[in-house]
Amino acid sequence: MTSTIDSIRAVLLGKKRSAEEIAREALKFAEAENPKTNAYLTFAPERALNAARAVDQKIAAGEDPGPLAGVPIAVKDVILTRGLRTTCASRMLENYVPPYDATAVIRIEQAGGVIIGKTNCDEFAMGSSNENSAFGPVRNPVALDRVPGGSSGGSAAVVAQGTAVLSLGSDTGGSIRQPASFCGVTGVTPTYGRVSRYGLTAFASSLDHIGPFSRTVRDSARLLQVMAGRDEMDSTSASAPVLDYVATLDGNVRGMKIGVPRDFFDGLASETGDVIQAAIQALQKLGCEIREIRLPHTAYAVGCYYIICTAEASSNLARYDGVRYTRRAEASGTLQEMYRQTRDEGFGPECKRRIMLGTYVLSSGYYDAYYLKAQKVRALVARDYAQAFEQVDAIVGPVSPFPAFKLGEKVDDPTAMYLSDIYTVTGSLAGIPCMSVPAGKTKEGLPVGLQVLANHFNETAMFRVADAFEKVSTN
Amino acid sequence: MKITDQEVRRVAELANLALTEEEIVRMTQDMDGILTHIGKLSELDTSHVEPMSQVLFDAEETATLRVDVERKPLGNADALANAPVAGQGYFKVPRVIEK
Repeated sequence: MTSTIDSIRAVLLGKKRSAEEIAREALKFAEAENPKTNAYLTFAPERALNAARAVDQKIAAGEDPGPLAGVPIAVKDVILTRGLRTTCASRMLENYVPPYDATAVIRIEQAGGVIIGKTNCDEFAMGSSNENSAFGPVRNPVALDRVPGGSSGGSAAVVAQGTAVLSLGSDTGGSIRQPASFCGVTGVTPTYGRVSRYGLTAFASSLDHIGPFSRTVRDSARLLQVMAGRDEMDSTSASAPVLDYVATLDGNVRGMKIGVPRDFFDGLASETGDVIQAAIQALQKLGCEIREIRLPHTAYAVGCYYIICTAEASSNLARYDGVRYTRRAEASGTLQEMYRQTRDEGFGPECKRRIMLGTYVLSSGYYDAYYLKAQKVRALVARDYAQAFEQVDAIVGPVSPFPAFKLGEKVDDPTAMYLSDIYTVTGSLAGIPCMSVPAGKTKEGLPVGLQVLANHFNETAMFRVADAFEKVSTN
Repeated sequence: MKITDQEVRRVAELANLALTEEEIVRMTQDMDGILTHIGKLSELDTSHVEPMSQVLFDAEETATLRVDVERKPLGNADALANAPVAGQGYFKVPRVIEK
């Protein structure tokens, strides 16, 4: 599928094909292609066909079928879908069937979107390679011996592979942007609170976001538009008005001030650096004013992030105790033994590592040295951005220090894997909107994404820069 | 070493994880590596910095309460549908209080 939201709309309104036909074809293609990548964990034919028929009925009745009418969409398996198995790629939730839908899912279906399946990811969204899934890794459709990135690896892969037009991911420290970069698609982390987290399985609540993947910047802007806005089911969702993102995408970025943080170019692989430099030159040619800026606390961001995210994860994952969520260890015995056996069997190594680290940094005697310290460093990282946005409209830089690596290449060194999140975690800690847009390829043909960041609720500036770049980029 | 295997055992107890001996060895190594990197944070003087405990500080936006009207709850059957063991409308757990 190389369709976009607009091309599907044209087909539907021109009565060339029905939404049901498009959905059947999408499902058939996705199921046939899936063994190559393992990107889907569950298909949802019944749900998809019902949604598609509803679109067809609206069109037949002359009603507006909605901004996402008939578009096949995949949803990361940490986002709840009522009646449709949602595993979080964990043995713990292998048979979990949610009793309600996430707000983002409700809004997509109300807009005419057709959810065709649930995508593989790192277990509970913890990882940067999608190798932490209990149901096997996802392979990168661009190079099948390489990882798709993580944690939303499946959601990036289905868009790259063309087995969905759009997908939903979640991003806590780079889990949308890094796989988008690795797979050569667009991926967006909106401002914290812009999209309701209701129905997103909690990993690190102060950092978790839902965001879109697509093949074009325009389509991500459209999908975000549908999902964004206040939701009374999430008290941290923002009531700031949702702007018309697409209306401002005219390709004109003349005079926009773009910051390039010098701190994002240490330890960058040379080919990645070349692609990013070329992208910066392209923006300059478009009339942007490029300014070197500093984000001086970047070097502390990974340490800060892994304290906060593991602390929050250890609390959030305490609920998986063998009582409410499907899995309970066979071994009977005391309540305590039941808890421990269930959690030992249900969680994979990365989840255990993060639960342990989070429990440690919150434990008596360590709280001030770790968690409180990290919250203060987080304020410094956020302040770096606040100061930068006094001078510039947007910031650009790399997403990841290197392109997609080979499966198994980095699994033995968790610290090295964590450190590769260096360019994505700063934006997450500050809660600002940031995205990855395809910028070019290495000599081997591996995609490299350009990261575009803007100030809180200034998604418009971020999309304008990414869209203008996309229009002149040869990818 | 930033962390000992005894500390790892204590944390595993707090976290309700039953780690095997093999897992303890590996976990001690991994946590040590990560905590060593995290130790870098102590280079920063943060004595005059307020901790950032939430992302958006504008109370108008985030501190809103919904109108207190009755709404349909999830319902007992739906709430229990994923329970590994349930009975008579309750989640069932192993005996907690001895006779």
